[in-house]
Amino acid sequence: MTITLIFLACIMATVIFWLLRQTFNIQPWVSDEVADEVTGMSLDLKPQAIALTTFMAVATSLFALFASAYSLRMEMPDWRPLNEPMILWINSFFLVLASIAYQWSRAKVASTDIGSKKLVIGLGIAGVFSILFIFGQLSAWQELNSKGLYVSSNPAVAFFYVFTAMHGIHLLGGLYVWARSLAKIYQNQDLRIVRTSVELCTIYWHFMLLVWLLLFGLMIAT
Amino acid sequence: MSYVALVDRDHEQDHHDPDTFLTKYVWSQDHKVIAIQYGGLAILVGVVALVLSVLMRLQLGFPNEFALINPESYYQFVTMHGMIMVVYLLTALFLGGFGNYLIPLMCGSRDMVFPFLNMLSVWVYFLSVIILIASFFVPGGATGAGWTLYPPQSLSGGTPGTDMGIILMLVSLGVFIVAATMGGLNYVTTVLQYRCKGMTLMRLPLSVWGIFTATILALLAFPALLVSAIMMILDHSVGTSFFMPAMISEGQQLSYNDGSPILFQHLFWFFGHPEVYIVALPAFGLVSDVLATHARKNIFGYRMMVWAILAIGGLSFIVWAHHMYVSGMNPYFGFFFATTTLIIAVPTALKVYNWVLTLWQGNIHLRVPMLFAIGFIFTFIHGGLTGLFLGNVTIDLPLSDTYFVVAHFHMVMGVSPVLVVFASIYHWFPLMSGKMFNETLGKWHFWLTFLGAYAVYLPMHYLGFQGVPRRYFSLGTTDFLPESAHTLNASITISAIILALAQLLFFINIFISLRNGKKAKPNCWGATSLEWLTPDTPPKHGNWGHDLPEVHRWAYDYSVPGQSQDFTPQTVPASEVPVGRDHGVDHDT
Repeated sequence: MTITLIFLACIMATVIFWLLRQTFNIQPWVSDEVADEVTGMSLDLKPQAIALTTFMAVATSLFALFASAYSLRMEMPDWRPLNEPMILWINSFFLVLASIAYQWSRAKVASTDIGSKKLVIGLGIAGVFSILFIFGQLSAWQELNSKGLYVSSNPAVAFFYVFTAMHGIHLLGGLYVWARSLAKIYQNQDLRIVRTSVELCTIYWHFMLLVWLLLFGLMIAT
Repeated sequence: MSYVALVDRDHEQDHHDPDTFLTKYVWSQDHKVIAIQYGGLAILVGVVALVLSVLMRLQLGFPNEFALINPESYYQFVTMHGMIMVVYLLTALFLGGFGNYLIPLMCGSRDMVFPFLNMLSVWVYFLSVIILIASFFVPGGATGAGWTLYPPQSLSGGTPGTDMGIILMLVSLGVFIVAATMGGLNYVTTVLQYRCKGMTLMRLPLSVWGIFTATILALLAFPALLVSAIMMILDHSVGTSFFMPAMISEGQQLSYNDGSPILFQHLFWFFGHPEVYIVALPAFGLVSDVLATHARKNIFGYRMMVWAILAIGGLSFIVWAHHMYVSGMNPYFGFFFATTTLIIAVPTALKVYNWVLTLWQGNIHLRVPMLFAIGFIFTFIHGGLTGLFLGNVTIDLPLSDTYFVVAHFHMVMGVSPVLVVFASIYHWFPLMSGKMFNETLGKWHFWLTFLGAYAVYLPMHYLGFQGVPRRYFSLGTTDFLPESAHTLNASITISAIILALAQLLFFINIFISLRNGKKAKPNCWGATSLEWLTPDTPPKHGNWGHDLPEVHRWAYDYSVPGQSQDFTPQTVPASEVPVGRDHGVDHDT
């Protein structure tokens, strides 16, 4: 559980430190005209950004717990390390490209009109590489399956299927929002809405890339 | 470009009132309706769990007298009672019910930030309840593995519900976690970003602090339950060996290899212990507000109360293994977890002192909500002190599998939060419904509940000391137990039946008060916090009419010397405080 504990200690320390900073040297029972003027926002961020950050904390908790379970289960005698399929390297490259494409789209949405072809192209590339990543992961499943490495064969194999499935489900959720972003562009919706959508998706894609690299790293290192 | 606060764009927003029955009461996105849906459903499923507990008690008090209760059904009742009470009643009611109702009102906003997500949350919760209840009716029935669902027992032959029952339980928990996450994202975002002008974090009532911190715990702890549920489903359905060890069951070698049941216990309690505080922290917050209002006194040590909530929240993640002393662990780990467990008692005790000091020299009005709130202080101290026994490894080992533990956790996280639930429902009922409840019925309800709870759980401590084991369907002939232990069990059962029946008074009270109750005056208790300051009672859609409120003070200006009223609402600026010498305001009682 060390991985989870370190992760949670960091998150809780950040949250508690931030909250405590809001409470130190404040005497709420004393009349305070400065406080009367506050806008009721704790952070200069859109609510959607707060919600996404919170969701990413939840997802990180989920993956950190899976990683902890992995490390604890490794200690049992029946553990046999898995030779990860080589296609995972290609898949990882696809996800890196998707992330870069999203970063590029984010820059474009900040500087161009909503109907900009460059924005649509950037989002299109991001989506295509993400879909390629998912198909690549399915192909890795197929490869293991053809070698007779089923989910019940060995705990390392089982964890491989679970990790990739959980990560894939999270990425599919992202692709749903990606499709909605494209729809908003085609519907010529307010630029601010599209910009928010693209900005948040970009952060999420970077996050999904980081999670994948950590999971992949954990699996190939053990 | 910096972001413009939502409250500053209030007049740009469309606040369409729901205009059909379906959008108003069924597919509603109004946080108040969602709160009542959440609360009503939680209480309904809680009643099912209450009936199950009575059935269990019938067997324990009068063994083998009732044909309906056999060993299989007994363990199913135990399991479903525990899981429903902890997750589907208390968690859902505090976060989904009170969280939904109070957060936007106390923060001075019109609704949650994401109303559609909020609506999805309650319906996904409804789905999880349906799946859970469905497990009673599938072949093999509901799981009887105990609410902790420990493998290998939960998946092995001989345990009830190993076919579909356990799967439905795990799927239901997964669906519940999705619902709780949807709600949690809303609560966190609303508290952080959707407060009205002047509402700093340190001007928030403690109810919001408690619910907010509990939500953060829920968001970070529930994934542990989800991880264990997913892995257990795979062990059950596709033959993985995450948790299931190599074993022989009913004479047959199973196909599992070297899975780790202890891994499941770590994951389960990594969720399970914060879960205690997911229930307790909202209760701490709500009871603080009820006590301050009815004692006409500012809460003692507000800042310390906030810090204690945060400290308890942080510490609750590093005590989980005190539930696993009997599983065997390195003595140094045991020492570590015993130490953290005892440390968490410090901020908890601070809160208790502060509640008592809030009452000290207060102008205490012993109305029904206050009775329940004071009752909570008793039961919580009682349950908390027995927790100190069990937090120590050497004392826990002999007591862990006895009724002492049953008594402890029921006092601290069963009776105590439920007393706060009742305190809060009675306290906010006039606001929610616009009607006053029947005070006499409410007092009968309190005394029967409070004394009934003691009649049930106090003797269990003695049974535990005598070594009466928990989880047993029947004690049979046991030489080491005196006859009085059996008599005491019968007495507990009779008390439990009376206690359960007493809850009918609550439902009768709510029912007749909704129909014929006296109309509640606005702010009938003379409270200071925003939820009581809406233009309409009960608040309408959008809560605040045309303009959002502006806050000029904290939520606890009660009996301030030199002011003519014994309360000053949060919206009153310093320049408009009525000055005088007397507090002689008689509020609706």
